[in-house]
Amino acid sequence: MGRYALRRLLQAIPVFIGTTFLIWFLVWGLPGDPFAGRCGERQCPESYVKFMTDKFGLDDPLPVQYFNYLTNLLQGEFGQTFNGTEIGDLLAQAFPVSIKLALVAVAAEALIGITAGVLTGLRRGSFIDNLVLVSTLVLIAMPIFVIGLVARYSLGLASVSPEAPWVELIIPGLILGSGSLAYITRLTRVNLVENRRADYVRTAVAKGLAPSRVTGVHLLRNSMIPVVTWLGLDLGSLMGGAIVTEGIFNIRGIGGLLFDSINRRQSGVVVSIVAILVLVYLIVNLLVDLLYGVLDPRIRYE
Amino acid sequence: MSDIKVKTAPVLGVDGRSAGHLLEIENLHVEFRTRDGVAKVINGVSYHVDAGETLAVLGESGSGKSVTAQTIMGILDTPPGFVTNGSIRFRGKDLLTMGKDERRLVRGEGIAMVFQDALSALNPVFTVGFQIAELFRKRRGMSRADGYKRATELLDLVKIPAAKTRLKDYPHQFSGGMRQRVMIAMALALDPEVLIADEPTTALDVTVQAQIMDLLAEIRRDRNMGMILITHDLGVVADVADRIAVMYAGRIVEQADVHALYGKPCHPYTLALLDSLPRLDLKGQELNTIKGLPPNLLRIPSGCAFHPRCRMARDICSTQRPALLELGGVRSSACHFAEELYGRE
Repeated sequence: MGRYALRRLLQAIPVFIGTTFLIWFLVWGLPGDPFAGRCGERQCPESYVKFMTDKFGLDDPLPVQYFNYLTNLLQGEFGQTFNGTEIGDLLAQAFPVSIKLALVAVAAEALIGITAGVLTGLRRGSFIDNLVLVSTLVLIAMPIFVIGLVARYSLGLASVSPEAPWVELIIPGLILGSGSLAYITRLTRVNLVENRRADYVRTAVAKGLAPSRVTGVHLLRNSMIPVVTWLGLDLGSLMGGAIVTEGIFNIRGIGGLLFDSINRRQSGVVVSIVAILVLVYLIVNLLVDLLYGVLDPRIRYE
Repeated sequence: MSDIKVKTAPVLGVDGRSAGHLLEIENLHVEFRTRDGVAKVINGVSYHVDAGETLAVLGESGSGKSVTAQTIMGILDTPPGFVTNGSIRFRGKDLLTMGKDERRLVRGEGIAMVFQDALSALNPVFTVGFQIAELFRKRRGMSRADGYKRATELLDLVKIPAAKTRLKDYPHQFSGGMRQRVMIAMALALDPEVLIADEPTTALDVTVQAQIMDLLAEIRRDRNMGMILITHDLGVVADVADRIAVMYAGRIVEQADVHALYGKPCHPYTLALLDSLPRLDLKGQELNTIKGLPPNLLRIPSGCAFHPRCRMARDICSTQRPALLELGGVRSSACHFAEELYGRE
């Protein structure tokens, strides 16, 4: 397993370089003048444009610029925005907020989704089963901005404060996770229903174990394998922030920062955020793959 | 081994009178209610087993032999399976009418079962040690350490080499034969009085089959257990069984001592089964087969269910169902011509 993890980490290097390179070209290759509109009504003075162009090395060929950026990045230097703010500081403010939001969302998915999935899986065809099935369908079908806006205005919620305390993130987190929550419910249910008739469950019954142990240990442990891996991957993608949810609740997370930076042509910020997201996703993916092997001993790493 | 109970005391019923047999199934009826209709899977099966004896239940797929076993264990899938009539008495008490919890405690301790396909019957995500020790922990209240110690002893008992290290292995890491030994060890954990082995060797190589059957026979003898051996393999039966019950279309068509049955089968179906065995002296000749297919349980033939495939069938066979006729001793046969067959030389 150690060798496997090492190989996967090594494989991550070209993936990381490739993705950041692509995004670098896409962002810096966009047509338009990064200094347009920076000096109010007037055109920016020649001297300012020349100073900024020199400072950010904008006259260098793109590959050279990318190489310089990557070298700095590897030393932990994200560089500055055109306003002179350290990009690292911006990220340090926004990332914890998005991570907290993602954790709330995944916790809600796990708690509510798995519970609902187990309840419906054990009582297939019952009233509660049908009720949950219909509600999950509604949740999956409804766009998140509809759920978010309706929730915000019907509950009369204020914006989330800049420090984003946990309590204020509960409702936004629930909304962010709502789609996945519905999916987790269905995934849990279908796995439970499928495994309920499995031979090893029958064996557990034949051993004279209590029904709670048959279900809680033998049935659930097997049914949770795909659910847990799915939750892991979801955590990875939610850490990338949620533009819509963050927008609706005025949460100053990574999604909002990314959206603003694209609008304001703060290319350095965009590339840095994407670089980190790629890294997070690569690591989460690896962790989930390793977790899969822990959950299912039949899986071997080679 | 200190945990072997000597079961010599007569089996007593609730009221203290002798209740007859250790496990006694009487007039059992089970049907499967499917979308296509009601399949009558078991239509009045009666058999019994006592401590220290092996009853072999023989039949083709779909004859109801496995469903009978599942009904005894209480692991019949309901729906679609429903018991519509009959009783299953264990030590004189009817399992079908006793409370859920009481019946649960009979499983594993009173009656245990070895399943056909150990790979799917064992839980893939737990070590075999966990799965065996679980019985001691949950049913005997033992500590984890004691449970694993007992599990090691059991793996030793079923002759798995390096038992102590193999406890930490998962089912898929065992070979087919070793896996079946694990199943047997698990079934023996609570020292059951009756062991049901449902085609325990079907998924195994021929050489391994013999080892597993020897092991089962040895354990049965040592522990004085009653054993119900479900199989479709006539070869397996001859060596280990005391009595044989042959099933066809959810009924017992013939029941007899193993030697009597092999020596002089008294039902045309048994006769045809024995005829279809490969024989050394008939090497090179085409095998005898039973023509036709086992009946569709949704539409069991009228009269004797076997009559469309029977070489001896006459008019009466399609209209009247033959009763199970006692032929003396434990011998019985459900054929209109049973006495004729019994009386032949």
